[in-house]
Amino acid sequence: MVRIIGFLVGLGFVGVLGYSLIVGAIAYTTEEEPGPTAYDYHHHAREISFASDGPLGRFDRQQLQRGFQVYREVCAACHSLEYVAFRNLTDLGFTEAEVDAIADQWPIQVPTVNEETGEETTRNAIASDHFPHVYANEVAGRAANNNAYPPDLSLMTKAREEGAAYLYSLLSGYEDPPADLPEEFQPGTGLYFNPYFANLNIAMPPPLSDGQVSYADGTEATVDQMSEDVAAFLIWTAEPTMEERKSTGWAVLIFLVFLTTLAFLAYKNIWRDQKH
Amino acid sequence: MSFPWAAQYTPTNPFMKWMDDRLPLPRLVFNSVGAGYPVPRNLNYFWNFGVLSGLALVIQIVTGIVLAMHYAANSEIAFASVEHIMRDVNSGWLMRYLHANGASFFFIVVYIHIFRGLYYGSYKAPREMVWLLGLVIFLLMMATGFMGYVLPWGQMSFWGAQVITGLFAAIPVVGETIQQWLLGGFAPDNAALNRFFSLHYLLPFVIAGVIILHIWALHLPGSSNPTGIDVKGPQDTIPFHPYYTAKDGFGAGVFLILLAIMVFFAPNFLGHADNYIEANPLSTPAHIVPEWYFWPFYAILRAFTVDILFMPAKLLGVLAMFASILLLFFLPWLDKSPVRSGKFRPQFKIWFWVLVADVAVLGYCGGAPAEEPYVMISQLASMYYFAHFLIILPLISRTERPLPLPNSITEAVLGKDHDAAQPAAAE
Repeated sequence: MVRIIGFLVGLGFVGVLGYSLIVGAIAYTTEEEPGPTAYDYHHHAREISFASDGPLGRFDRQQLQRGFQVYREVCAACHSLEYVAFRNLTDLGFTEAEVDAIADQWPIQVPTVNEETGEETTRNAIASDHFPHVYANEVAGRAANNNAYPPDLSLMTKAREEGAAYLYSLLSGYEDPPADLPEEFQPGTGLYFNPYFANLNIAMPPPLSDGQVSYADGTEATVDQMSEDVAAFLIWTAEPTMEERKSTGWAVLIFLVFLTTLAFLAYKNIWRDQKH
Repeated sequence: MSFPWAAQYTPTNPFMKWMDDRLPLPRLVFNSVGAGYPVPRNLNYFWNFGVLSGLALVIQIVTGIVLAMHYAANSEIAFASVEHIMRDVNSGWLMRYLHANGASFFFIVVYIHIFRGLYYGSYKAPREMVWLLGLVIFLLMMATGFMGYVLPWGQMSFWGAQVITGLFAAIPVVGETIQQWLLGGFAPDNAALNRFFSLHYLLPFVIAGVIILHIWALHLPGSSNPTGIDVKGPQDTIPFHPYYTAKDGFGAGVFLILLAIMVFFAPNFLGHADNYIEANPLSTPAHIVPEWYFWPFYAILRAFTVDILFMPAKLLGVLAMFASILLLFFLPWLDKSPVRSGKFRPQFKIWFWVLVADVAVLGYCGGAPAEEPYVMISQLASMYYFAHFLIILPLISRTERPLPLPNSITEAVLGKDHDAAQPAAAE
């Protein structure tokens, strides 16, 4: 009985699927060739390697400091970094005094309450604060930016396919639209063509230009260099514990391989007289 | 329970004797996973995966309890609390990556465990109840995994919750009411997040309970084995401890090494970038896909693209998706071949490997965008999936002529050794 019912149910599903397949196949073969899509003009991220790549990768602190400088002088005008605290900057090689100074001089103040009157006010940031929001809220952010809200950058390298390579390509990849770009993909008012961006047109104006920052270590501040540095910095902001993760990983692996070898020898030893 | 020649628990230590008369817990352990449980001597490495599944559950529960100490199930701060765990909690990143990758590894070992059962006919009499309870565990795992993925409150969490609960909305008349009841609102929000967290914490302990039943049901007939033939006497078995505890120890080591490689060196490989963006009800991701372990079923769901009579395509898809799992409950009665092991079933063996490939194809299509040619491929693969269990298996269990079975497990073991010794002697 079970098998008869099962057989009928099976035939039913197979029949419906077969019918769907035929309908789909007919539609597939008869439908017109679709015109070009945004995907045809979209580029995958360019290849780039960072010091932090791979199981042995460590952060290049010099580069992170340069990237932080680009963030501070360029990106921070619009983009927040809400999951990162000033105190975390000591990971980049800054001393505590330097971090205190960076926090104190941060152009955006932190909301607080006047201890005597209870009125809302603001104060300078301190090391234990997270990076303050640039805009009071999303509406304010949109109002200031042609209705495009600048996203928080803390997790950006984890929150996009192709991660840091994508950010690097995006920042250094603005170009004039190709000659054959169809009308519907042309950048509208307040939009800029960038083939690395999924929609092809991004609301962020090209943020970097050669020589925009002057690096303390003498590195030449080309667009390419700054894009790379800020991408490296955002790898760190997305996962400040990365180095700890990798070094713990090696210790754990070495231990586990040793343990598993012993377990294997024990297994072989116990079974040595048993046929199986 | 078990075979008459099983070793008896005889405590010598006075305390253990005292204990045995009052609460025979050591005796239970001895009889369940100790020297008192005789096991066929010819189990291969595929029999490691039951213990590995249990290990995976333990890892999930331990890391999950620690995460729950730091996580906040509130839609306003859930996402930030996960970042707090990643950045500010000591080794919080380790707990979270272990938990997220541990879920994937749990499904990997359980899928291997299920396919092992399918190949070696472990679902057949007298072990039907073991199979059925295993499927209950599998369903509970899927519910737990789905709700756990909602908790970080990223974009895929939110939209996954929307899509999966939306499946119930396909039920005629009462569907939308059911979806609202499940979510506690019209869309996933704080109410949904809170109940999902509560259930996500509860269900693993339910799973642990059903695992006890699963093992209890297993211990009545005892473990199956790669030949699929019954244990005939003491020479066919060896005690679980130390033989299989040693083998499982080695298996656990390999499992942990692979898990560690993922956790420490590619912790986000199995995740989705969109889930590092906080949930935003106003912005729909370009491709909403569930976690990889749901992809085969997601492909079946999406394979139904045409309305049939009064049945909308979505309802058909939902019915088929649930049917694709529910039909496994009838498997012991669909496959009537008296031979258990696929080793001795020449036709079954071919169809089995076609099924493995088919499920892999379904998985690939389930993770791909819902466009051609993936839809057509999932339709073909779904046809085979249903045909395999409901048409092919019942038919070949009648027509197939099995290979001759060895007389006993011991004979099969010695025969293998005999064959292995031959070429060596010839050289």
